[in-house]
Amino acid sequence: MEKLMLLGDEAIAQGAVDAGLSGVYAYPGTPSTEITEYIQNLPLAAELGIHSDWSANEKTALETAIGMSYAGKRSLVCMKHVGLNVAADPFINLAVTGINGGMVVLVADDPSMHSSQNEQDSRFFARFANIPILEPSNQQEAYDMAYAGFELSEKFKLPIMLRVTTRLAHSRAGIARKPVQPQNQYKLPDDPRQFILLPAIARRRYKMLLDLQPDIAADALTSRFNQYIDGTDTSVGIIACGIAYNYLMENYPDGCPHPVLKISHYPAPVDHINRLIDTCDRIMVLEEGFPLLEELIKGISHKGPKVHGRLDGSLPRDGELNPDLVAKSLGLPLAESMEMPEIVANRPPSMCQGCSHIDAYAALNEALKPYGSGRAFSDIGCYTLGALPPYNAISSCVDMGASITMAKGAADAGMFPAVAVIGDSTFTHSGMTGLLDAVNEKSPITIIISDNETTGMTGGQKSSGTGRLEDICKGLGVEPEHIRVFVPLKKNFDEMVSVIAEELAYKGVSVVIPRRECIQTAMRKKREEVKDLNKKSNCKQ
Amino acid sequence: MKTDIILAGVGGQGILSIAAVIGEAAIASGLNIKQAEVHGMSQRGGAVHSNLRLSDLPIASDLIPQGKATLILSLEPMEALRYMPWLATTGWLVTNTTPFVNISNYPDIKEILSAIDNLPQKVALDVDEIAKSTGSAKAANMVLLGAATPFIDIPYQRFADSIVKIFTRKGQAVVDVNIAALEAGKAIAEKVLKG
Repeated sequence: MEKLMLLGDEAIAQGAVDAGLSGVYAYPGTPSTEITEYIQNLPLAAELGIHSDWSANEKTALETAIGMSYAGKRSLVCMKHVGLNVAADPFINLAVTGINGGMVVLVADDPSMHSSQNEQDSRFFARFANIPILEPSNQQEAYDMAYAGFELSEKFKLPIMLRVTTRLAHSRAGIARKPVQPQNQYKLPDDPRQFILLPAIARRRYKMLLDLQPDIAADALTSRFNQYIDGTDTSVGIIACGIAYNYLMENYPDGCPHPVLKISHYPAPVDHINRLIDTCDRIMVLEEGFPLLEELIKGISHKGPKVHGRLDGSLPRDGELNPDLVAKSLGLPLAESMEMPEIVANRPPSMCQGCSHIDAYAALNEALKPYGSGRAFSDIGCYTLGALPPYNAISSCVDMGASITMAKGAADAGMFPAVAVIGDSTFTHSGMTGLLDAVNEKSPITIIISDNETTGMTGGQKSSGTGRLEDICKGLGVEPEHIRVFVPLKKNFDEMVSVIAEELAYKGVSVVIPRRECIQTAMRKKREEVKDLNKKSNCKQ
Repeated sequence: MKTDIILAGVGGQGILSIAAVIGEAAIASGLNIKQAEVHGMSQRGGAVHSNLRLSDLPIASDLIPQGKATLILSLEPMEALRYMPWLATTGWLVTNTTPFVNISNYPDIKEILSAIDNLPQKVALDVDEIAKSTGSAKAANMVLLGAATPFIDIPYQRFADSIVKIFTRKGQAVVDVNIAALEAGKAIAEKVLKG
């Protein structure tokens, strides 16, 4: 069969579809977005009736996927690392309920924070939940693990975490496919009380989960994804987790002279690790993320074997790995290279020319002038770039939805006026509950929902509340006369400033909605219209 | 055969469309490929790059080690210099000379161009101007790719074939403009090679 050139994300999507997937659930988040998009655009997935609509947030996505599993079918849920924080409640409890239809929880971590607020390592979360992890070293393994993950999940009746990082998620390689498996039949759980986590049942289920631990460890020990590779130079033994294995092998094109333990399936294979410790003078641990295994092997007493990695400075404590860092840690020579000329300036991302957020910020800055700076809390999205010059418009970006709740907290502390700037998609993701808190206490805050009618930063996916933001705000109790909408354009500057100024002065909850479509999605629509026209005219010829 | 390419530019310039054509040509040549891309925040006008690795042997890393890139292909002159630490001492730089200025502290373009000029092996060309003269400013990326074809160990015809394959659905006129752009770029690189 011809190989497909797929991103790591796309390989996961194709692997899941070929494994008999019935539904994918997700909220967009770099670097996980392309998995769901691939399934949305895959004709085979449409033919097979695979669910692939976006969810409002990662928690609703995960819970819906649990529902599909309850009904016996295979479900995939995808998120970025910080999305797992949002979904942590169902995630941890899911390990206790177990699954019915196979379930894979895909988490894409972002070491080096290319597009994120932190670089947490999701393997800790899976360890916390006591479930197996699959961590591919390359795109083919990403496909194979998505394909095999559902079977593994059904074998132990547990969810599986599939963990990737940015580099693998966004890199392409040739993928060989496997045959498409049929979807599971609709079938309720054998034990009707399995999913009822009342304390009496939860205690029993949790014991079952603990009793399973030796079995899932034994399974990982013999997994084809873990490999002990002998080597003659035992001065150091190398543990390479996930994609770190590729960076290691890049440095040894003719094979590594040291014994290597490739780990892509956790719980970590302890027998293999012990063999490596017994064979080698010292151990180098290469992990893309936090020093999870390094710390475990070293032990809290530091009386264990001699272990190198991110904790002793052999590798940087933070950031993603690369072939050069791995070479340095092993004392290998680097290729001769030039320096970057000093004249090269940084080029950070910025809001697009013609972006509606720019006009909204211009008006907000003007309206806030009489009050001074430091009172606009913001959120996660393209508009976070309003923190940069020349706008310097916002004072915070913490997590999805925090703009509204932080503004409320600051108002409680005496700030007036306090402002929240949040995007439409972030508002429906996690802003609505905070707004309810503010309404309940009649907090004197102004919330700017900068509505570009899409999820912009991740590439223009559907936004859950498009067309219904005023109704949502009204429903939550915002007074209709304090829900103000305008079109953010230069020519409307004066109108925008006076609307915002009026609402800033109001000592209760007000919502201002600057609404204009994202310039990127608008241009894309235009291009597609032209394409359709071309197609039609071609057909006529 | 092993060619390690760093594609550089500014988010939105379309370096991935160049990668797509090279990738297609490499597959047609039966080569292994790995192509690391930048998605997410930087696509909003920030510095972006792609690591494109072609080889007849299996490729381990998605990322090219420093000092190992055989070719840097840049749609923007300052961005070309950003990736100098990756260029092999025997490698070539093929770059556009037209700056993309979306930051207030963009350096003096003369200094940028003179730093490029100091490199031993480079092809610097105004791809936007050349693209306009061959029929469409939209084909600037293909001018740059054309200038890179002599440094990639794949027969030239394969690049032309992949343009046909990728652009056919947009109509014959678009195919023709892009092929003309590819030719124009190639001609300039060949002139530089002849010295």
